[in-house]
Amino acid sequence: MSKIKCALIGSGNIGTDLIYKLRRSPLLEPVWMVGIDAASDGLARARALGLKVTDQGIDGLLPHLAEDGIQIAFDATSAYAHAENSRKLTERGVLTIDLTPAAIGPLCVPPVNLRDHAARLEMNVNMISCAGQATIPMVYAVSRLQTVAYAEIIASLSSKSVGPGTRANLDEFTYTTSHALEQVGGARQGKAIAIINPAEPPMIMRNTVYCRTDAAPRRQEITDSVLAMIAEVQKYVPGYRLVNGPVFEDNRVAIYLEVAGLGDYLPRYAGNLDIMTAAATRTAELFAQEILAGALKLQPVKVA
Amino acid sequence: MYKSESLRGRKVILHDMTLRDGMHAKREQISLEQMVRIATALDGAGVPYLQVTHGAGLGGNSEQHGRAPHSNEAYLEAVVPHLTQAKASVLLIPGLGTMRELDAAHACGARSVHCATHCTEADTARQHIAHGRALGMDTSGFLMMAHLNSPAGLAEQARLMESYGAHTVYVTDSAGALLPHEVSERIQALRDALAPETEIGFHGHHNMGLGIANSLAAIAAGASRIDVSSAGLGAGAGNTPLEVFVAVCDRLGIDTGCDLFPLMDLAEEVIWPLMDHMVRIDRDALTLGFAGVYSTFLLHAKKASARTGVPARDILVELGRRKMIGGQEDMIEDTALSLAKERRLTA
Repeated sequence: MSKIKCALIGSGNIGTDLIYKLRRSPLLEPVWMVGIDAASDGLARARALGLKVTDQGIDGLLPHLAEDGIQIAFDATSAYAHAENSRKLTERGVLTIDLTPAAIGPLCVPPVNLRDHAARLEMNVNMISCAGQATIPMVYAVSRLQTVAYAEIIASLSSKSVGPGTRANLDEFTYTTSHALEQVGGARQGKAIAIINPAEPPMIMRNTVYCRTDAAPRRQEITDSVLAMIAEVQKYVPGYRLVNGPVFEDNRVAIYLEVAGLGDYLPRYAGNLDIMTAAATRTAELFAQEILAGALKLQPVKVA
Repeated sequence: MYKSESLRGRKVILHDMTLRDGMHAKREQISLEQMVRIATALDGAGVPYLQVTHGAGLGGNSEQHGRAPHSNEAYLEAVVPHLTQAKASVLLIPGLGTMRELDAAHACGARSVHCATHCTEADTARQHIAHGRALGMDTSGFLMMAHLNSPAGLAEQARLMESYGAHTVYVTDSAGALLPHEVSERIQALRDALAPETEIGFHGHHNMGLGIANSLAAIAAGASRIDVSSAGLGAGAGNTPLEVFVAVCDRLGIDTGCDLFPLMDLAEEVIWPLMDHMVRIDRDALTLGFAGVYSTFLLHAKKASARTGVPARDILVELGRRKMIGGQEDMIEDTALSLAKERRLTA
């Protein structure tokens, strides 16, 4: 079967890990990687793995989009760069999976709302943040049963797995993730907290989810719903697991998670990388299915 | 550790933590009236800076860190109009608090900020330090859990904070784990690395009984700002006790600009009576210092112990072994639950 050709914008941790995820996909083929630093490790790896590369940023890619038949682009640059990248790609009919906190397009968490986005044939979908991907399925697992007044998540990331882009823009991460806990997770109010821990050996990504339900939590149903959702996430991130909980105290539900990665670009501790790249790959695969089936025809869209 | 002649005549700026770190010791439950009363007394006694926020700072109201009865803005709005000379300050830990919250605190009258990161992660505070400066605030970088970085490593992080615009960089002994010579080495390393006009601060915890001694070691090595708290009200065994430190400074001829007797009265008549538990070096607080664990974990560990049956000391030692850092309070219950499972304490 033919594959949909993809470009990766950004040669940092996320962009580089995506090469490995896409190479494993039956539907997607990584063809281009775009960077801005000729000496970056990501570009060197991309070249060694047979991708075409440019260190001239998005403008180095644009002349090649048509001839190389690129239909999907993954943007792993920064919230600030994404707006311009998105405009240029959209007006050339390339569907963009946004892995920055820019959140121009609708927010996507595959086991919660991917099918809705594919049905609406979006040209730009946003993957929120690693913490969002790791925790929103759990908030949704509670909110699909009973109303959640407040959801709070704490993501603990190993220092080595957090690149300069995230470090320089922690507020963006906080705002985007908090908002997504409400919009996608279904909580009336959301709050996201990030911790960067430098321990050696590096700690595996941990996430804690607290939900405050309006009525007394229906304990058995919530536990069943959480376990079912964990199985859904494990389909694309096998290292996603429940460490403790759900723990119930009054109207508070506490869920303690660990996310180990596959160890592609960074070692297994960097589950934060994997859950982002695996979710983006799964999202792109669903769109690729629609494109290959002829249901989704990508059209250039003029952006004001 | 120091020669008394070298300290005589030195000027030191005291920064009071009673209404911020002290919030931890009160499980965040300090009323507006208590805040105003304490702040008024500190201001009257000449304390130049006092921090007023939730114990975890801006954005601190949460499941993770507990909820105070009022917002940070409400506390600042209550306190600031009563200050005649002191400046109100706030704590901002990037990843928890944001620049929007700093804007709001500034609008309520905060004029100084501690921008805090773990001692190896200074680059997460770049925007926040720059923003504090842009607002015209007295801006400090605050390198927490300083015992977990070498003097040279800490100096490198301090240089980053200085490059972002920090007026002052703090060596923050969040675990109360540093011994006096380790404080001296770290302050000295910062003094050698930073521009002469950049001030150096020290924030101590009294978990090993060294709050005063470490603060003196810091001054001797070049620090000019010391964080203190009335009667030591603060996380763990508390902070460097303000009135004791002022008495010691008076004897040594260090100029703090503070008036000793009113500070003694505040500690005796207001702070001691409002303590819910005696802030002192009990078994668990000593474990914090000994095992190098974030002081705020103390009361959370006691609560998790009551829930799981695992002794608080065992939980704290395990958290130290797992190298958990400030802000990872969720890992306390998680660790207690895992230990309880291992020990078959749970059904």
